[in-house]
Amino acid sequence: MTYAIRAEGLVRRFGDTTALAGVDLAVPTGTVFGLLGPNGAGKTTTVRVLATLLTADEGHATVGGYDVRRDAHRVRQVIGLTGQYASVDEALTGTENLLLIGRLLGLTRAQARARAAELLADFQLSDAAGRAAKTYSGGMRRRLDLAASLVGRPQVLFLDEPTTGLDPRSRNELWDIVRTLVADGVTVLLTTQYLEEADQLAREIAVVDHGRVIAQGTPEELKAKTGGQVLTVRPVDPADLPTVLAVAGEVARSTPEIAQTTVTVPVNDPDVLPTVVRRLDAAGVRVAELALRGASLDEVFLSLTGHRTEEDADTDAMEESLA
Amino acid sequence: MTAATATLAAPARRSGVVAGLRHTATLAWRSLVQIKHNPMELLDLSIQPVMFVLLFTYVFGTAIAGSSGDYLRFMLPGIMVQNALFATMTTGFGLNQDLTKGVFDRLRALPIARWAPLAGRILADTVKQAWSIALLLVVGMILGFRVGNGLLGVLAAFVLLLAFTLAAAWISVLVGVLVNEPEKVQIFGFMVIFPLTFTSNIFVPTDRMPGWLQHWVEINPVTVVADALRGLLVAGPVAGPVAQTLLWAVGLAAVFAPLAVRALRRRV
Repeated sequence: MTYAIRAEGLVRRFGDTTALAGVDLAVPTGTVFGLLGPNGAGKTTTVRVLATLLTADEGHATVGGYDVRRDAHRVRQVIGLTGQYASVDEALTGTENLLLIGRLLGLTRAQARARAAELLADFQLSDAAGRAAKTYSGGMRRRLDLAASLVGRPQVLFLDEPTTGLDPRSRNELWDIVRTLVADGVTVLLTTQYLEEADQLAREIAVVDHGRVIAQGTPEELKAKTGGQVLTVRPVDPADLPTVLAVAGEVARSTPEIAQTTVTVPVNDPDVLPTVVRRLDAAGVRVAELALRGASLDEVFLSLTGHRTEEDADTDAMEESLA
Repeated sequence: MTAATATLAAPARRSGVVAGLRHTATLAWRSLVQIKHNPMELLDLSIQPVMFVLLFTYVFGTAIAGSSGDYLRFMLPGIMVQNALFATMTTGFGLNQDLTKGVFDRLRALPIARWAPLAGRILADTVKQAWSIALLLVVGMILGFRVGNGLLGVLAAFVLLLAFTLAAAWISVLVGVLVNEPEKVQIFGFMVIFPLTFTSNIFVPTDRMPGWLQHWVEINPVTVVADALRGLLVAGPVAGPVAQTLLWAVGLAAVFAPLAVRALRRRV
């Protein structure tokens, strides 16, 4: 198997903060690889190192076979980068943005025009081609941003949180584009906070937390790795919630989560179900819902890191900077 | 497309100087074509200087110099300097916008010369500078300003002022890199350039100011540049003020260019 991206022991510090504490990655050519983690986990720093925007303090990495530090200029010739925030020039039209990139990549005026028109058509932006990008909707802007990173037909594409702040329809459109690209042989490294996104697109996922890869594998492997079962209990009377929490925690030997009046806890042993029923019955708790189901990636993440992926404050900050 | 594939098939280790200059020209085009979509920017470049010339000529002219014609001869070279200094702020403003919005990252991830993004912006801003200097001169001439040293004097004044602004623009680049939002570059501009230019001899002759202020006015670089332009465009000593202006330019560039480049390297 050939690898479009290889990284070994990447360390990057910013002052006292260690953003990357030794990241190893191997991304097979022609696949989507998901880098999954909460804000501040080191996803963006990893992408910035691999895209030659930042040098690592320790470790090394190759992209498309070129060393990101020694051969940065060559790496830049084989990659496309779509940043966390749409990085098109808002004062330019869609066409002008793509012309700019095409000309910088050495295309002639005619070639750059043809490539721009082609990409705008592919991404349903032809009607808006002559409008300044600042008049675009969030989804349109993100498509233009992606188009801009594809002008040079990159072999390796970095998508740093490509769907953050997008409505579900725009998100699905973007996913379809990514699938088409991979079908054409492009390798995609995708960072995301959305477990569903990684689950949908990636063949392999690395879960990142505090600058380290804490788990890696296919979505199925990851789900299996953590037992993969979740116990859900909803009492009829919310006053019973403390009892339910205590019982669930004790039986599953793990910290339960509570959402509204439903208690969930990851379990490794399916035999806990009868025990829970007995214990709740003995405590006189009437149960409205009791279930054991396969873990979602969300719960996998929780059991791996001990905390949830999405934090409201972070989402707000993101939306603010997008506005 | 075939060309794109060809470039990718034989990757070069770095961009040559010729390619770098081509990248610079393309990026300068990018800054200038924005004016087409944002005509306000051209108005910014044009209306304020023209308004200043009109206001100062007719409101203060008679009071300060006895007649608006005499005052115009005194003040127009100075207002060119003031306007040019304000205009250097567009460099830092635009750079900061690129940095905060991620455009700079996109450019840095492209296989282009490392210096091209900054050089392209500075080239575009120099074109804008030339536009406002020419506009000021034309408006001045319509109002009755007459050049004293012919075309050569005018050209020399142009080149000298552009050289000075190229050096002063490094201050703007430094501020643009250090602040976290573009508006702060403008605030810096107003806070520094307003007092700096008004405490020079561009609007009021030095001997009309309080004694303690006169010492500062005489060493203020804005006074030096304004004197050089007066010498070139109207009459008076040329060699001394021009040499001093060039010294200031070299000094500003020598101090602020390395600081700005270092700050930029740290930020990205």
